[in-house]
Amino acid sequence: MTELWGLFLMAAFVDNMPLTLFLGLCTFLALSKRPEAAVGLGVAMTGVLSVTVPLNHLIYVGLLAPGAWAWAGLPDLDLSYLSLIAFIGVIAASVQFLEMILDRFFPAIHAAFGVFLPLLTVQCAILAGSLFMVERSYTLAQSAVFGLGSGVGFAVAVAMLAAIRTRLSYADLPAGLSGLGIAFVLAGLMSLGFASFAQMAAAQ
Amino acid sequence: MAARTDVWTTLTDPLIRQNPVTLQILGICSALAVTTTLATALTMSISLTVVLTLAAGLVSVIRRHIPETIRLIVQIVIVASLVIVIDQILQAYFAEISRALSVYVGLITTNCLVLGRTEAYARHHAPLPAMVDAFGNGLGYSLVLILIGGLRELFGKGELFGHQVLPLADAGGWFTPLSLMLLAPSAFFLLGLLVWTVRSLYPGQTEAPEHTPPLRAEPAE
Repeated sequence: MTELWGLFLMAAFVDNMPLTLFLGLCTFLALSKRPEAAVGLGVAMTGVLSVTVPLNHLIYVGLLAPGAWAWAGLPDLDLSYLSLIAFIGVIAASVQFLEMILDRFFPAIHAAFGVFLPLLTVQCAILAGSLFMVERSYTLAQSAVFGLGSGVGFAVAVAMLAAIRTRLSYADLPAGLSGLGIAFVLAGLMSLGFASFAQMAAAQ
Repeated sequence: MAARTDVWTTLTDPLIRQNPVTLQILGICSALAVTTTLATALTMSISLTVVLTLAAGLVSVIRRHIPETIRLIVQIVIVASLVIVIDQILQAYFAEISRALSVYVGLITTNCLVLGRTEAYARHHAPLPAMVDAFGNGLGYSLVLILIGGLRELFGKGELFGHQVLPLADAGGWFTPLSLMLLAPSAFFLLGLLVWTVRSLYPGQTEAPEHTPPLRAEPAE
């Protein structure tokens, strides 16, 4: 249990998706102008990541990994090169599915998400969650915790960046730096902060 | 003559004036993650440019046959297949760099730059202009990557392409490596400064301020 908790903390803070691994930066920067939008994005990310990573784990182990077809008399079959296409398909399908469920049963939440849900299909952080799961050969429980942790880490980071950007909207910046430029500098400063988590993890 | 200038502007516009990274915020994820050394940055640039150009060409060739409703899935599958090919080539011939790039080669699939160009340009244009546009955007992306990669490797380790350029203080030289340059924050700072530079050179790109502060009422005397 403590091991899983440690993995959760690592995925959420030490290996923070946008600030340490530079994943999902496009949406991270584009949707962090308003706090409400940022929180919506964070919740959607958490939901999609914690569904797709375990699902992709099942598909990878059951169908694609080397030797997965041994029961059918094909022990040498290695389909792992297909994993990219399979993962993208699973992600697109689960995003679509999530959208349909929300639309049918929770219309208020669906309206709050607006356009973010379909956008998540091409979010690099979500695909990366599944690719990391394969690269680090997590078990099913570990991959579920990893997906949840990464999503929470993303949500925390994007909500914080949005809060700081709102706070700075009245600041008198040089013309070229306002908007995207200052967002990068802020992300850099936050990344410095998150680097201290890595130090804490290393010190243990 | 006019056609030729068209091709030329399509090719050169994305280099600096319409740079996909600094102006359109496309494809930043990989731009920052792989730039700790020049070699990885260069490999990534070449892979992305190849994938982007081929994907734009393919999408453009079949653009009249893709049904509108499923076009995103078709485009993603085309891109993913090309990325798998590139990934296999890298693993076979450049095993070391492929390990250093880790999952980021696979992430070209979801690089917003690729989907952005196929969706915005290749879908409406003939194969040749589409490929020229894609190639130009690939070059613009490569330019940023190589610049940031070079700066980070030079100041972080005093090396370029793994060769010692600045003599290190440990080895009797004068240069003390800035280890911050190899960590995540410096990539954000460098790209932020780059955006600032480009936007100062082309003031038309600056974003209009979202809020204008209320005019301060003059104190009544």
